[in-house]
Amino acid sequence: MDDFVKPTLEYAELSPLFIVFGIACLGVLVEAFVPRKHRYLVQSTLAIGGVVLTLAAVIAVANRLKEHGDGAARGIVGSMGTVVVDGPAVFLWGLILLFGLAGCLLFAERQLEGGVSAFAGQAAALPGTEAERQAAGLDHTEVYPLLMFALMGMMLFPASGDLLTMFVALEVLSLPLYLLCGLARRRRLLSQEAALKYFVLGAFSSGFFLYGVALIYGYAGSMNLGAINDAVRNDASNQTLLLIGMGMLSVGLLFKVGAVPFQAWTPDVYQGAPTAVTAFMSAATKAAAFGAMMRLFYVAFGADRWSWQPMMWVIAILSMVVGAAILVTQRDVKRMLAYSAIAHTGFVLTGVLGLEGAGELTDGQLTSLQAVLFYLATYGIAALGAFAVVSLVRDSAGEASALSRWAGLGKHSPLVAGVFALFLLALAGIPLTSGFIGKWAVFEVAMSSGAWPVVIVGVLSSVVAAYFYVYVIVVMFFHDPEPEQAAYVVHPSVLTSSTIAVGAAATLVLGVIPGPVLNLAGVAGQFLR
Amino acid sequence: MSSLMALPMHETGGIPVVDPSAADGAFGLLWLIVALPALGAFVLLAVAPFARGAIDRWGHLLGAALPVGSFLVSLLLFFQLLGRDAEDRQVSQHLWTWFEAGGLKVGFDLLYDPLSALFLLLITGVGSLIHIYSIGYMEHDPRRRRFFGYLNLFVAAMLVLVLSGNFLGLFLGWEGVGLASYLLIGFWQHKDSAAAAAKKAFIVNRVGDIGLSMGISLMFATFGTTDFSTISHVASGASDTTLTILGLLLLLAACGKSAQVPLQSWLLDAMEGPTPVSALIHAATMVTAGVYLIVRSNFIFELAPHAQTAVVVVATVTLLWGAIIGCAKDDIKKALAGSTMSQIGYMMLGAGLGVAGYAFAIFHLLTHGFFKANMFLGAGSVMHGMDDDVDMRHYGALQKAMPVTFLTFAMGYLAIIGFPGFSGFWSKDKIIETALADSWLVGLLAMLGAGITGFYMTRLMLMTFFTKKRWEKGVHPHESPSVMTVPLIVLAALSVLGGLMLAGDWIVEFLAPVTGTAEHEEPPIPALGVTAMVVVVVAIGVATAWYLVGKRDVPRTAPTDVSFATRAARADLYGDAINDSVVVKPGGALVNTLVAIDKVGVDGVVENGSLGISGIGMILRRTQNGYVRSYALSLLGGALLVVLALLAVNLA
Repeated sequence: MDDFVKPTLEYAELSPLFIVFGIACLGVLVEAFVPRKHRYLVQSTLAIGGVVLTLAAVIAVANRLKEHGDGAARGIVGSMGTVVVDGPAVFLWGLILLFGLAGCLLFAERQLEGGVSAFAGQAAALPGTEAERQAAGLDHTEVYPLLMFALMGMMLFPASGDLLTMFVALEVLSLPLYLLCGLARRRRLLSQEAALKYFVLGAFSSGFFLYGVALIYGYAGSMNLGAINDAVRNDASNQTLLLIGMGMLSVGLLFKVGAVPFQAWTPDVYQGAPTAVTAFMSAATKAAAFGAMMRLFYVAFGADRWSWQPMMWVIAILSMVVGAAILVTQRDVKRMLAYSAIAHTGFVLTGVLGLEGAGELTDGQLTSLQAVLFYLATYGIAALGAFAVVSLVRDSAGEASALSRWAGLGKHSPLVAGVFALFLLALAGIPLTSGFIGKWAVFEVAMSSGAWPVVIVGVLSSVVAAYFYVYVIVVMFFHDPEPEQAAYVVHPSVLTSSTIAVGAAATLVLGVIPGPVLNLAGVAGQFLR
Repeated sequence: MSSLMALPMHETGGIPVVDPSAADGAFGLLWLIVALPALGAFVLLAVAPFARGAIDRWGHLLGAALPVGSFLVSLLLFFQLLGRDAEDRQVSQHLWTWFEAGGLKVGFDLLYDPLSALFLLLITGVGSLIHIYSIGYMEHDPRRRRFFGYLNLFVAAMLVLVLSGNFLGLFLGWEGVGLASYLLIGFWQHKDSAAAAAKKAFIVNRVGDIGLSMGISLMFATFGTTDFSTISHVASGASDTTLTILGLLLLLAACGKSAQVPLQSWLLDAMEGPTPVSALIHAATMVTAGVYLIVRSNFIFELAPHAQTAVVVVATVTLLWGAIIGCAKDDIKKALAGSTMSQIGYMMLGAGLGVAGYAFAIFHLLTHGFFKANMFLGAGSVMHGMDDDVDMRHYGALQKAMPVTFLTFAMGYLAIIGFPGFSGFWSKDKIIETALADSWLVGLLAMLGAGITGFYMTRLMLMTFFTKKRWEKGVHPHESPSVMTVPLIVLAALSVLGGLMLAGDWIVEFLAPVTGTAEHEEPPIPALGVTAMVVVVVAIGVATAWYLVGKRDVPRTAPTDVSFATRAARADLYGDAINDSVVVKPGGALVNTLVAIDKVGVDGVVENGSLGISGIGMILRRTQNGYVRSYALSLLGGALLVVLALLAVNLA
């Protein structure tokens, strides 16, 4: 290394990251110094206010992004090349923060459990002991700072400009999530098991990612995505090194998005984690990880896309087929949504592999980036809303997620069942819901890049999956419940109900007038190198 | 517009083009004509249910006042139009862009020209009278407010139909009147027959509507637009086949709406609706929309002689078909409905004869609008007095009990049979004359139809107002209130005087900017001779009726040992039976076959497919055993898969 260069930071552009991080640290201090009985109010207000503030900062940043090449891309490469604040990153920030806001609202819900939150009173107390009973009236308010740390990691992930930052972001987003998964108030053993599984497998896959970082460094001699791109263009050195490194990196990312064959954790974790966490995680982690994946593959390996696209084809097809096939056999609503998430990972990958060179696109054609960003928005909203609805359907032992318990829901709670049906239709991709436009967009870009086999598999597995979504609707509206078996709907506070209402409205609006959001994703432009 | 002006005018070959100027001055009020009844429909149908009955008290008055308002505006614009030069009598008003999709841009444009001007006067004028009449007729109906809402909806839709500047707007009105007709035929939905009749009308009209929508699609595919103005400029550029197909599709549409053979069967059943509905929709206005469509599309039909021939054939068959049905019906409204069908046949005949006939088709349409509305309302007045009995065999000798109704009805009667001097005489005579000049056969058949008209109308007249009393017990016929008789008197006056429109060939010259000017053709026999023949034929018809009905006793129940011809006519010439065996039964068989294929084939694939997928799912599910060690193994396997896939593709 030559002379020491004083690092410069673009504080204005990076402000959203700083704000989230600051709020998270503030939350830790609150936890230490504010008396227990005030903590819930202070923490939840701090978290919700913090996310809103960050959203405002993101909007401010978005309005001031510098344009490059007539709006083909916009933004800056900041923080000495480690953080890239460009259009797609800012779009994803906004999206992740919206999911984070919904997450905060769901976390803060206390009406469903009769005055306490959905999180364990004292995570350290062994299940079934006296200590647990004593902690019954308590709340873990640490969940808010944990959520903020996870948000910070998620925002950094798709904005990272080099592999090391990407790895750090991956860990920063993952560790709080592992913890959050183990904090369920009900069915604690299941929850703790889920957390441990997630942690062990997550660590395992992070190992692959790190190994891939090392190999790519060996290939390119740099961690920087732009520098790797140059090396790939110049065919600098050993091709095998590059390919193996690429594969290892993708293992880490594909694990996070839950693509087949890295999906095994998804159902267990989605089912075991507190539903509020599942809702947040399913939407926000996907957005962040797909953002990072696209940055890695489009920016660093974009010049070599012919070498990784076939691998993506295989993974996308596997994800859609396996996700849809197992989905059909599920009899638990939360597990069903987990397998639906796997199938949707396949659909998003269909969009990701639709990358085409700038010269191959006709004027006004959807870019793959635009399609994927739109899909992430539509899927995230529908999935988050669906999980939020799941948290309402309960019996005396907590949530009743067995499908048989949902029979007859349409009769005694038509509104809740109707909204859930709407989310299911969106997940199935029925026209007039956001899911249809999202699917259409990713299939369209995959088709124009020549990936028609993937599109055919995608359409067929959509049909299979739709069968099951409709089956759930049939159960809710047309099946009579077993005597004494019907779950009931607990009336949530305004926190959860507003989340669900906004999600349902967005699902409808994006299905009827998708233009504004599609345009916004288009205006975001390309990744900045 | 500028691009259109650049087109060479000689291409249109003497067929007038639609080339309106922008609406200015009083013509800016054009939108108001549609907006007033639309507002009424909105208030009476959408707002009133929330007003807890408050609007029910004055809703009918509002419903009747708004069409009157439209009529006044129409009248104002009509005089404005008269003040302009003949070539300057086309005005268009662009309200807003309805929608834009790719190359298709459809504006919500109104077109006001002599043709739509006459229609506006007919629809709003006769419409207003019928609204006023309905105040009395529907006085005791608990759902009167809703009835007026539907009537206003109908008027608004009908006005859209005749005012629209493009085929898509016309289609909007076309469907709107179809909806209103459905709602009003089935207005007394508690009667099964009314509900069934409404359904039948709706479904039969679907067939015609398919023709219209396909025709519009074909226009867009051929010309890239649905505007009258553009199409009239460029129509000659299309191939003969395309134009013929277009003409036939439009004819199919007209057949549905105007109850022409083979889509005639719904009109008789439609008489289940309240009588003002029959008068307004199923006599004076809606059913003539098909004639309007053909006259409006003259720029297509003039270039498609085969389609014109088809129009003439359909029209001739229908005018006889309807007349024969009219002879055998004992239900006064159904007899009138058969007559309507027949008279629309005359209009279609005129429209099918091309430039020479368009103006007379519209002329007959207007006079028919007057005298048929008059007679339907008269029939309603009779029913009102006879406790809603419609069977003419229970009438008789009503001319004393209901003098005003009788006198006004008689005016309509004299007009429809073509008694010299009355309005129908002028208009029908002109059509027969033109038909004779075109083809001997068609002309003679049309003349025969006039004779049959004389027969069945005289029969109806005699059975209702003359002959002996055959009243049901407890029925005390009485004259209707003046709110009902005043419209009758006005319409009777119009029935008598409507022929004045032909004075000095006024209507022909007035419509010339739309329909074009015919070269004068010398008829094979002098016009006066034709007139004399028609009058003689009608007189024979009337005399026959006198001998068969007037001179004998009319039995109170219809005799059953009657000739085949009577039986056939009573059964609507087996129209329903034909539909049943040609369409309904094969359709049912097709549906059953499809259902079977669907059950065995499609459901089989889906059900077995889903079983197969569930099976695969069950197997795949076993990998989900809950053990972290096997999950980790699958992760490792996945890593191998990814790396191998990358290497295999790139290094193979």
